[in-house]
Amino acid sequence: MIPAGSLLVAEDLHKTYGRTTALDGAGFSIHPGEVVAVMGSSGSGKSTLLHCLAGIVPPDSGTLRYDGQDLVAMTDARRSALRRTEFGFVFQFGQLVPELTCTENVALPLRLAGVRRRAAELTALQWLERLEVEDIGHQRPSEVSGGQGQRVAVARALVTSPRVVFADEPTGALDTYSGERVMQLLTDAARTTNAAVVLVTHEPRVAAYSDREIVVRDGRTRDVDHTV
Amino acid sequence: MSIGHTLLALLESGPRHGYDLKRAFDEKFGHDRPLHYGQVYSTMSRLLKNGLVAVDGVEAGGGPERKRYAITEAGVTDVSQWLAQPEKPEPYLQSTLYTKVVLALLTGRSAAELLDLQRTEHLRLMRILTDRKRQGDLADQLICDHALFHLEADLRWLELTSARLSRLASEIGAPGRPGPGDQKKAGA
Ligand SMILES: Nc1ncnc2c1ncn2[C@@H]1O[C@H](COP(=O)(O)OP(=O)(O)OP(=O)(O)O)[C@@H](O)[C@H]1O
Ligand SMILES: [Mg+2]
Repeated sequence: MIPAGSLLVAEDLHKTYGRTTALDGAGFSIHPGEVVAVMGSSGSGKSTLLHCLAGIVPPDSGTLRYDGQDLVAMTDARRSALRRTEFGFVFQFGQLVPELTCTENVALPLRLAGVRRRAAELTALQWLERLEVEDIGHQRPSEVSGGQGQRVAVARALVTSPRVVFADEPTGALDTYSGERVMQLLTDAARTTNAAVVLVTHEPRVAAYSDREIVVRDGRTRDVDHTV
Repeated sequence: MSIGHTLLALLESGPRHGYDLKRAFDEKFGHDRPLHYGQVYSTMSRLLKNGLVAVDGVEAGGGPERKRYAITEAGVTDVSQWLAQPEKPEPYLQSTLYTKVVLALLTGRSAAELLDLQRTEHLRLMRILTDRKRQGDLADQLICDHALFHLEADLRWLELTSARLSRLASEIGAPGRPGPGDQKKAGA
């Protein structure tokens, strides 16, 4: 059953790595502006699900639709373009480019999309402000704390105004307080831009920032529908 | 929470009237449940009887809320003892849940489903508290965080239990399988 108005829908996804079954009939759906937590124990298939949903890893079988388009059937070039323009990513470890300053890191996705340097860095600065780290704009990732780096990563994920943000354990390397602050800023920013957030986490307090959760177990999902 | 000790401690900074005590209590601790005047009077008369407070004057106009109370030396000692006494940890929910899980297994019902439902319920409450925390002041945040950490602890226990249902089932000699949600890897 596909809920009406979904932005991203997956059904019956299967994925194996050699003899390991990572996904075994997983489903997923998300609305614009919705924050969905993907929970489950280690090795249950959460990251694999996120990678399939984001078009990073092709599923062996199953259907995957983003905004009415077939994500599995489309060309690699088209998928890459989607990832660049409509999706944003935050991972457990910032994955910022070490040679660039924080501002340049945040501006990077805009630069790749052809925005001129000054304009891109101006927008980047606004996002750094929004995430309360404008004062570290000139520093390199190695010179900032884990929590600051993660805010920079969130700013970079949101700078292109993506329609879906994929976050895989975005607070995994942070202490409780800065982790929650990152979650607040991420979900606030996503709400104001009406971006959907796919949030992989095994921490209940982080999942509490979502609107709804799904649980992955042995590569299968159990959708927890709060409306029933 | 001990209302008596709380009101007593509020008097340490200086004598207060009954209405003033209620206001101070509600402002700091009464987020969900403001005190009734009746609670204030009955508590204060008990403290008075036990010599922990003394009447320090009465305002014109009468009525118990016009009485001004001061803490006595015995009262200060009582507050110190109360603060120095650690609270008894209360693992009640865990044991109720544990009982339910075991009974589900023993009666051939789905323990996995029970745990899933409980997770949903816990997360529902955690969302409400998280929302309140986002909108509240620091006091709200600290109170909500306390509740959130406790709920999180329960949830962690649920996840661990959920992953070990097969083993639990065999250890307690339950019939059949624990339910469709049980992990293949459980007990490994
Ligand atoms: N690239 C890969 N090559 C081989 N096996 C993989 C690969 N990616 C994932 N797996 C396997 O697939 C299963 C699911 O992995 P996945 O990373 O999706 O789990 P997860 O739920 O994200 O776990 P964690 O909470 O530890 O991050 C695991 O058994 C894992 O070993
Ligand atoms: Mg993972």
